[in-house]
Amino acid sequence: MGRKAKFNDTTVPSGRGRKAKKQGDPTFPKGILVKEEKELSHRQRQRARKRLLKKQNLNKKLTKLEKTKSNKKEIEDTLTEDNVKNVTKQLKTNKKKKSLKKQLKNNNLSHEDDQMQFNSDSNMSNNEEVMRGEQQKIKKKKLLNSDTKDEIDNYNDIEEYEQNGKMDNEEMNQNEDADSSDSDVDLLPIEKANKKLKKKQEEEQKLAEEEMHDMTLQQFVFTFPTEEELAEVTNLKDIQQRIKDVIMVLSDFKRLRDVNRSRSEYMDLLRNDLCTYYSYNNFLMEKLMQIFPLDELLEFLEASEVQRPMTIRTNTLKTRRRDLAEALINRGVNLDPIGKWTKIGLVIYSSQVPMGATPEYLAGHYILQGASSFLPVMALDPKENEKILDMCAAPGGKSSHIAALMKNTGVIFSNDVNEERIKAVVGNFHRLGIVNSIVCTYDGRKLPSVIKSFDRVLLDAPCTGTGVVSKDPSVKTNKDEVDIQRCCTLQKELLLAAIDCANARSESGGIIVYSTCSILPEENEWVVDHALKKRDVKLIPTGLEFGAEGFTSYRQYRFHPSLKLTKRFYPHVHNMDGFFVAKLKKFSNIVHKNKGAEEETLN
Amino acid sequence: MKRLTEEKTKLVLEKLTKYIGTNVKLLLDRPDGVYCFRERKGRVYYVSEKILSLASMVNPDKLTSIGTCFGKFTKSGKFRLHITALYHLAPYVQHKIWVKPSAEQQFLYGHHISKSGLSRITENTPQYQGVVIFSTNNIPLGFGVTAKSTMDCKYADPMATICFHQADIGEYIRSEDSLI
Repeated sequence: MGRKAKFNDTTVPSGRGRKAKKQGDPTFPKGILVKEEKELSHRQRQRARKRLLKKQNLNKKLTKLEKTKSNKKEIEDTLTEDNVKNVTKQLKTNKKKKSLKKQLKNNNLSHEDDQMQFNSDSNMSNNEEVMRGEQQKIKKKKLLNSDTKDEIDNYNDIEEYEQNGKMDNEEMNQNEDADSSDSDVDLLPIEKANKKLKKKQEEEQKLAEEEMHDMTLQQFVFTFPTEEELAEVTNLKDIQQRIKDVIMVLSDFKRLRDVNRSRSEYMDLLRNDLCTYYSYNNFLMEKLMQIFPLDELLEFLEASEVQRPMTIRTNTLKTRRRDLAEALINRGVNLDPIGKWTKIGLVIYSSQVPMGATPEYLAGHYILQGASSFLPVMALDPKENEKILDMCAAPGGKSSHIAALMKNTGVIFSNDVNEERIKAVVGNFHRLGIVNSIVCTYDGRKLPSVIKSFDRVLLDAPCTGTGVVSKDPSVKTNKDEVDIQRCCTLQKELLLAAIDCANARSESGGIIVYSTCSILPEENEWVVDHALKKRDVKLIPTGLEFGAEGFTSYRQYRFHPSLKLTKRFYPHVHNMDGFFVAKLKKFSNIVHKNKGAEEETLN
Repeated sequence: MKRLTEEKTKLVLEKLTKYIGTNVKLLLDRPDGVYCFRERKGRVYYVSEKILSLASMVNPDKLTSIGTCFGKFTKSGKFRLHITALYHLAPYVQHKIWVKPSAEQQFLYGHHISKSGLSRITENTPQYQGVVIFSTNNIPLGFGVTAKSTMDCKYADPMATICFHQADIGEYIRSEDSLI
């Protein structure tokens, strides 16, 4: 819609076109633009000068007033000696004056005078009080001070003051705080306001501090519950509060403790409360309390209550992660890569279809597998054309991962003692297209007598499952000292068998990876430590970038220092199931039978 | 773990030929080593000789599976192909059927494929020919036998069955226990 181009010689007028509309000045909403402070006008300045002068006068009078006060005292002294009648007379005249001034009829005056006469002994101050009472009846409180001062003026014959007194007092009432000190006189109003504000702030701060102090006192007061209180069934919220309180007390025990109670009593109380709140049995809770510091313990328990996110592993034999993610997104699955540490894992946030029944799942493009189950296989680091043993394979997640990393070359022996569960291994292997597998059902401890010389051995040992409480909450209650003992013994035997199965002379391998889904040191560090003593193996770094270091000392136990090369994973730290991974390298096929026997006899 | 008798070998190969024709040769002579069929408890396994030699160390009672299970001999002496063989058959198959995404789920529940669910079919497929069913994005879903030839399919009724269901990958869930 611009101006029409005129290519014949006609000159084109400059400026805006006839139809162009000029935009008006912008308008802004109120408050956006800051108003500049205007200079005071001449009149305003005059008024300000007047105000200042008035104030100065006022101050002068105030100083005078103080002087008169001192005079008044002298008068009072004389008065007490004087005849009271005289005084009352004078008062009468005074009051009459006043009533005239105020143009109010004082009906009670005569009556009051009688009263005065009754109290013949009363001194000046008494008279004043009575007068005050009378004034209140009239409800003219404001004038009260001025009236009393009027009297004083009478005595002193200061006529001047009498005239201005009332007004002065009123003003004084208004600026009570401001005029309290003479130093304020020279201050500008803004400075006064500032001073006032500061005072106010100080007061507020003081109050706040006091309140804080009160609050903290209240908070830290935790009284140890009595037996009856403990016996009666309370609701869970009370118990939760008590857990918090006890942990607070234990965190600053010296200051907050009850002097008559020992630390162990507090610990017992805490343990019992935790057992009730999270429904663990006493034994397991005690074990957990030995492993974790108190604040971490709570986090662990909380994390164990909620399920870990569902994760899947891409079957690299059949597809790539990107293609799989695309296919699943098309089916309405909300997913993300697990993390930077793996290139084949996906975490599923939500899904419109069951993840265990999509055509992709049935075609073997992925397998449902916990994030923690990736770790031992990554630590094992299988290579192509190797002979690898998975001693406790069911349901075949880790075995199939190994086979996928070997790209279906070499051989994977998947063993599991349970014949029912081995069916899942076979099913998964066929679904995922793994062709290099031998699936058998030996007892892991007897495997060395059947077949040896594996390049790598993975032992994902059966355990109490204290790391996967969220998956199987029955662990909380059904584990006991005996169970752990039993697990521990079995694990030691299995680990020794696993080491015996491995071939130390293998060019690439001689690697044994030991893992459990438990977090108890009895099932982890202790077992590995035992194997270190019995066989010619050494711990080597797992190759996993994250995870907490394994324990080298736990309560009375002192483990081999190299156990810090093992890795622990916790639900509250790494958002995966509790897990333990140790990577061992076998150096010779010698079995330290004698050495072990000697140690046992020594012990 | 024993070698198949000649009769049984013949039965197995006949069955495989129905699906992959002359490509059976490729299945036996592979570049990555010699593969062979072995029978155990009526099941036929297809396995590399290398793995077989290692498996010989294992007590047959304790051995559950080696390599890939192709199928089993029925009581009446016929050979039945299992869905587990799909991984090896799908690449060599000569006649294919692609199903629409809407019909995919139906097939995975064990139903036949009707004309309405048919997306594509290999040219010149005769009637009663063994085929492998694919989804539209080329995921093998199972085996079947054509009920109509390609020519007949053109003029078939929308509800008419095109392909009879034989095995599908839904069986991994439906009949996990009976697969092996």
